[in-house]
Amino acid sequence: METVRTQALTRRFGELVALDQLTLAVEEGEIFGLVGPDGAGKTTTMRLLTGILEPSSGEAWVDGLHAVRDAEAIKDRIGYMAQRFGLYPDLTVQENIDFYADLYEVPKAGRSERLERLLAFSNLTPFRRRLAGNLSGGMKQKLGLACALIHTPRVLFLDEPTNGVDPVSRRDFWRILYQLQQERVTIFVSTAYLDEAERCNRIGLLHQGRLMACDTVDGVKGLLKGSLLEVRCESPRRAAVLLRAGKLGSVALFGDRIHVLAEDADRGRAGVEAVLRAEGLACHGVEVIEPTLEDIFTSALPSGAA
Amino acid sequence: MSGLNFRRLGAVARKEFIHVLRDPRALGIAIVLPMIMLMIFGYALTMDLDRVPLAVWDQSRTPQSRELVARFEGSRYFSVVARPGSYGEVEGDLARGRTMMAVVLPVEFGRRVASGRKVQVQVLTDGSDANTTTLAISYAEAIVRNYSQEILVEKTQRVTGRLPALPLDLRFRAWFNTDMESRIFIVPGLIAVIMMLIAALLTSLTVAREWETGTMEQLISTPLRGSELILGKLAPYFAIGMVDMLLSVLAGRFLFDVPIRGSLLLLFAVSAIYLVGALSLGILISAKAKTQLLASQFAFVATFLPAFLLSGFMFDIGNMPKALQAVTYLIPARYFVAFLRGLYLKGTGLTELWPECLLMVAFGALMLLAAIRSFKKRLA
Repeated sequence: METVRTQALTRRFGELVALDQLTLAVEEGEIFGLVGPDGAGKTTTMRLLTGILEPSSGEAWVDGLHAVRDAEAIKDRIGYMAQRFGLYPDLTVQENIDFYADLYEVPKAGRSERLERLLAFSNLTPFRRRLAGNLSGGMKQKLGLACALIHTPRVLFLDEPTNGVDPVSRRDFWRILYQLQQERVTIFVSTAYLDEAERCNRIGLLHQGRLMACDTVDGVKGLLKGSLLEVRCESPRRAAVLLRAGKLGSVALFGDRIHVLAEDADRGRAGVEAVLRAEGLACHGVEVIEPTLEDIFTSALPSGAA
Repeated sequence: MSGLNFRRLGAVARKEFIHVLRDPRALGIAIVLPMIMLMIFGYALTMDLDRVPLAVWDQSRTPQSRELVARFEGSRYFSVVARPGSYGEVEGDLARGRTMMAVVLPVEFGRRVASGRKVQVQVLTDGSDANTTTLAISYAEAIVRNYSQEILVEKTQRVTGRLPALPLDLRFRAWFNTDMESRIFIVPGLIAVIMMLIAALLTSLTVAREWETGTMEQLISTPLRGSELILGKLAPYFAIGMVDMLLSVLAGRFLFDVPIRGSLLLLFAVSAIYLVGALSLGILISAKAKTQLLASQFAFVATFLPAFLLSGFMFDIGNMPKALQAVTYLIPARYFVAFLRGLYLKGTGLTELWPECLLMVAFGALMLLAAIRSFKKRLA
């Protein structure tokens, strides 16, 4: 069953088209990642789906309810974590959760067990009496998640939940998401981190308001036509400039390695070696590698991406 | 307002109470600011004219001239602070603001009074402040007229051998404010002005703060309704506002010694209605402004100035130009000022003040409705 579905969903802000004809579907119990650089339209999509922003055109359904006509009914069934920390810094961890429990009318019966479970789940139990403003970045995000989960939502919308969070907390956070997935909660998460996108079941690549690709991570990688070569050589910066001028395919610099997307592996390798030799740069090796999502962004998307 | 959920309303009210209680500075301002305003305005804003600094240049130096000077000295309205000896000095004192008025008695004063002839008394005033000057002149006029009358009576008695009866005898009595102290008139009006300002300032930050900090985006993604949010937010500020009201009334009674002739129950009931209107106005401003700075500044300008200038508190509405008079009908403080003055000074109740009360109920209801409707569960 599709839990989230959009049909040519579009939102304009004056001249700017923040989201352009988005059509996608997310299955129940799936972790779907909306991936794209800043300004791609991720937050706009989140707001349209949670019923807090009206689309300029197009339609969307969440858990079978229309995002505009049934916006209020949707709000009972979803949990939303906005990009900015949306909790009250002068309320304690427990007070924040209690506040949201009341807003969602979580029944008193079984509520304290649920609270305890959430606190334990997010490792916040020792901090329940701490003011939310005094939590670390990672703990704040976990508190936000706990507040969004107190009413056992069917669908969870997380807008860049791990932005600015340390790697350890990020791993914890994802562990929680996987546990939720076991409970058949559909998770719609946006991220600008490509390593994080790889953790999703399926992803949608969003760029300048347009959905460039929507598939499993491997499926999206398969969209990359040609072979990806990783070049290790002397003076990689200069070499990248030369290779770009050599018109061998799209070239991107990753630290001390150069990724070249060539139409054919062998001809590409020969071309790379020829360019380097002509300039007298030592070549340490050219290998065919599996593309990462970063390669998709730097190579497959139109110029200016990532 | 359909489907008001008291659990959600209660949750918002509880959260707002926590915000207020955990921010001692805000709480301090909410309680202390109205008291400071009451002190400053209550003591400074006296419209009574007392001890006008006066210069006396007695060129005559006779028993007759000294008698007139003594009457000025004995009056509570004047205080002789200078004895100039030339017009240069008289003018210098007026220019520097050392004196507000100068009385000049000519050399021939004593001689002419003694011989029963007409003599001029010159009064020079600093006319910068027209109101005060007019008041001072009328006091001076009364003193001189009295003295002149007594001279006439004495002369008639000397000639006819009996005390003449003046044909008209003015007997004056103030029915309300019997001592005619402006304090008693000012304090009730002041309470109306302060309550308007404080109430709107208190709530002007609450909605804007949620927009500024990003908590509003989270709130509107929940099933919370506008009526629940607004009424929940009003609750703690209503409590603070009523405490302010109580403190103001107590300060008026025991500090400024202003008696309350009317019903205390009616006083607080109507205050509560007015307070709801003012608090809602603050919320409305807050919802529209979306930033705390803009909201608090706008709340200050939108409530304080009209309440201060156009409510009849400072300036009599009857003396305003017609167009401005029409505007005053839109200022809710106008009705509260009239209500408080009636209740405090005259002891009037609903029988006389029902139109004001009705209009305040209308104001409260309208503002509350507008505040609730101002809350949109949508961004942009």
